[in-house]
Amino acid sequence: MAIAIALIVLAGGSVLFYFLSPWHLTPLASNWGAIDDTIIITFWVTGVVFLAISLFMAVALIRYRHQHHRRALYEPENKRLELWLTGITTLGIAALLAPGLFVWGDFVRAPDDAHEVEVVGQQWHWSFRFPGRDGVFGDARNALIDVANPFGLVADDPHGQDDVLVDHPAVLLPVDRPVRVLLRSKDALHNFKVPAFRAKMDAVPGQVTSFWFTPTRTGEFQAVCAELCGIAHFAMRARVQVVEPQRFDAWLAEQPTHGERIARGPGNPEAGQAHYAACQACHGPRGQGQQATNAPRLAGLDARYLRRQLHNFRVGARGTREGDDFGRQMRPFAQSLPDEAAIRDLAAYIETLPLAPTAATVEGDRRLGERLYRSCATCHGPQGRGRAAYRAPRLAGMSDWYLVRQLEHFRAGIRGRHPQDAYGNQMVDMAQVLVDDAAVRSVVAYIGGLATEE
Amino acid sequence: MGEREYDASSHAPPAEVEEMELVHPRTFLGKYIWSQDAKVIAVQYALTATAIGLVALVLSLLMRLQLGFPNSLALIDPGSYLQYVTMHGMIMVVYLLTAIFLGGFGNYLIPLMCGARDMAFPYLNMLSYWVYLASVLILVAGFFVGGGSSGAGWTLYPPQSITPGTPGADAGIILMLVSLAVFIIGFTMGGLNYVVTVLQGRARGMTLMRLPLTVWGIFMATVMALLAFPALLVAVLMMLLDRLLGTSFFMPEMLSMGEGGEHRGGSPLLFQHLFWFFGHPEVYIVALPAFGIVSDLIAVHARKNIFGYRMMVWAIIIIGALSFVVWAHHMYVSGMSPYFGFLFATTTLVIAVPTAIKVYNWVLTLWRGNIHLTLPMLFAIGFLFTFVNGGLSGLFLGNVTVDVPLSDTYFVVGHFHMVMAVAPVLVIFGAIYHWYPKVTGRLLDTTLGKIHFWMTFLGTYAIYYPMHFMGLQGVPRRYYAYGETAFVSDSVQSLNAFITIAAFVVALAQLLFLYNLAWSYFRGREAGPNPWRATTLEWQTPHTPPRHGNFGEELPVVYRWPYDYSVPGVKADFIPQNVPPEAVEREAPVGRGGGS
Repeated sequence: MAIAIALIVLAGGSVLFYFLSPWHLTPLASNWGAIDDTIIITFWVTGVVFLAISLFMAVALIRYRHQHHRRALYEPENKRLELWLTGITTLGIAALLAPGLFVWGDFVRAPDDAHEVEVVGQQWHWSFRFPGRDGVFGDARNALIDVANPFGLVADDPHGQDDVLVDHPAVLLPVDRPVRVLLRSKDALHNFKVPAFRAKMDAVPGQVTSFWFTPTRTGEFQAVCAELCGIAHFAMRARVQVVEPQRFDAWLAEQPTHGERIARGPGNPEAGQAHYAACQACHGPRGQGQQATNAPRLAGLDARYLRRQLHNFRVGARGTREGDDFGRQMRPFAQSLPDEAAIRDLAAYIETLPLAPTAATVEGDRRLGERLYRSCATCHGPQGRGRAAYRAPRLAGMSDWYLVRQLEHFRAGIRGRHPQDAYGNQMVDMAQVLVDDAAVRSVVAYIGGLATEE
Repeated sequence: MGEREYDASSHAPPAEVEEMELVHPRTFLGKYIWSQDAKVIAVQYALTATAIGLVALVLSLLMRLQLGFPNSLALIDPGSYLQYVTMHGMIMVVYLLTAIFLGGFGNYLIPLMCGARDMAFPYLNMLSYWVYLASVLILVAGFFVGGGSSGAGWTLYPPQSITPGTPGADAGIILMLVSLAVFIIGFTMGGLNYVVTVLQGRARGMTLMRLPLTVWGIFMATVMALLAFPALLVAVLMMLLDRLLGTSFFMPEMLSMGEGGEHRGGSPLLFQHLFWFFGHPEVYIVALPAFGIVSDLIAVHARKNIFGYRMMVWAIIIIGALSFVVWAHHMYVSGMSPYFGFLFATTTLVIAVPTAIKVYNWVLTLWRGNIHLTLPMLFAIGFLFTFVNGGLSGLFLGNVTVDVPLSDTYFVVGHFHMVMAVAPVLVIFGAIYHWYPKVTGRLLDTTLGKIHFWMTFLGTYAIYYPMHFMGLQGVPRRYYAYGETAFVSDSVQSLNAFITIAAFVVALAQLLFLYNLAWSYFRGREAGPNPWRATTLEWQTPHTPPRHGNFGEELPVVYRWPYDYSVPGVKADFIPQNVPPEAVEREAPVGRGGGS
């Protein structure tokens, strides 16, 4: 008897849960209302069947429970009943399938007036490419990818010159304009998913996949990776802002084209040396860092990382939060740099500074640190020398007291939670691996040991 | 009807197969270790599968701990989390469920239910177990090598499964692939045995349409496995070559660790097609034995013939055949040609029809039955409820349009755990409560069993039902942590904590079950030869537990189908399959059978 009651309560509760649960589809922000409709239809049909079968079972259990003089009915088959049930089920299935296939017919054909954006996945971030003025993407190959050519564009393809490259995980899309998303991957399978858009697709290395949708409301959305792609899969995010078309056009015009990036070059170290004068009081003449001034070592960091951090300080993605006093001190210095060219030159200069050893100031359990460092090694390298492709700076030999402070800040979300600090956000997620101060000190102590092995 | 039993005849055809000669062991080792007796091999399979299954259970608890109470245990980092995910999934699907249904129940029940002395090839059968054990040991070795076991997800999708950036890409994945290859070899030895035994080893009078549905389910699942596992073997071998020799079957031009790799021209999608060509039938390889067994549990304990036997047999065959043409429904958003979506959504939803028929026939068997709420019956009801739930959520994921927002979310996790984890496992429990008395001669304790049932049934529902709604909200699966994800509401964290607690309750219940298994082996109530008053041949053996050779001097002769329960005009409410019509004890002609 208890089992019959349990079935009734569970079945009824399950249906109620559908209506009362706080967890439902995120508010729709694309044209795919039809997908939501098919989901709702399926909920209704399956809900009715679920209730019917469960309650039928419960009634059977109550009515035909074993009694001494009861004898079960002997009825091997009942062809009529079986045919009826088969027929009704077939109809029900057809009723579910048909709307699904109709909507799928729309899903597989992007409208002719759709504009295109390429989403490029790599472990563990996203970047974006627009076809530029000619409306045609230049050819690209994974084998051509390097630091100077992060999208792997084929050099002599004229279509590629005006391709607009967004080499960080934030993109804008115009509202109410159908967009065909082309997906490419540099390394593993990924899946570009914004729940509010409903549509999504895997990015597969070696081929181009696609889907389309029309953003129907402005706002900011978070994209995640929905196909397991390695240890930082969970921290692979992007920001998608849906904006009015004018704002989109203005933003797109600000982004560099492939041709501009190549022409611009990496930055001039000699010119950068002059800008370094403002830094050396705190960071030391050779960028070796000074604990007395709370300024970390800079020598050894790659130009890309330096550029990004200077940019973060300038726009307020770093050095604005409560609790980050030294970051706040740094911010005006970054803002005093005249322009992006100055940042490039300065970063190029710092990259040329020689590596000098730093003194170890942090004690910790290095064996624990070694285990903890496994989570760091994929991006920062097993020797802690950093990996440009992962946007991961060098750690080995950097000021250890500074690493401790930054890890503490990441853990607490003081650094990295600003929406524009994409890779900082990733570090916040990863730093949660370090559950307490001892863990932080241990991993930093281990990193210190890596430097002496060099 | 009523005058005459359905499908009974007094005619027994002459024996077509000669009596087989069995190797009777003389030593303890020969009897219990290097045994060629299918029943001993069955127990060996079941114990090994249970042991490795417990490892997978512990891994799932570690995962739940991280999800419910993030970073409370320092030992779980993102890499090890993915290793738990991978090993949990692979062990549960292949090394536990496949092994216990086919190697465990298949070995024990096929010869007994068919009326055979043993499997057709006993030596090969023994070898099958030892090869299986080797595959388990190779798999377990993955935990101890440098870099640990693979963390690629149980689907092992390349390229990431064999590139750095995924845990265990150096040694763990090699051991995983080798272990799978060895498992498939071992399974093939056993599988050929099961098929040949069912086709060639049946007792006189045991026509195919008189086989208990348990045998039909296991038989069809084995046929499917023999056809499906080769696809996995090919995929596994190719991936091993990609990993060890640098070939490019599945590896396209791509970066590895941010730098150019050596691979050119391979196709990651090719692997997915091969994997799911195996992987989808695999779902039914696990489900069909459960379907078969649960049919028999319901019939025996409701004292009623299974409703629509012939339809049930054909449904098993049709499901088995259709399950080979639905595989790409796992790949709707994989980047394969989207036009495949039309075809595979249609085949997938078509398969729901024979599946629904099975469900109808189960519940119609209960209707106007005489239902004994024994432990096997409780678990069978638990299965029905869970399976209906999981089957219906499959209609979301099989319908290509609906699948797009739900794929790779917790909706999928909820669905497949309901349909191919909890549902079959409930059947396994029901089956153990049902056949344990035959295996050991003693009944399992009822009170402990009831606690086990309620904690497991309600607990698993509390775990998996809410997951569908997390998936509806878009919460992605295989995530170590959610950090600040805009569309994941804060209440999801509380829900995750709740689910984790439920998971621990369910795990605790399994300890009770293990205790019951051990305690009852020594102290359980004596069962006698046929405690459930069942019709099938395994309950008609001269000894309980049955000895080597199963049936004593004479093999049984079969005169009727396996579902002669509550036949009108007959005194007892069951007639064993080996009772000829003239030996049935009838009531005086006045009485009339029937329901209330």
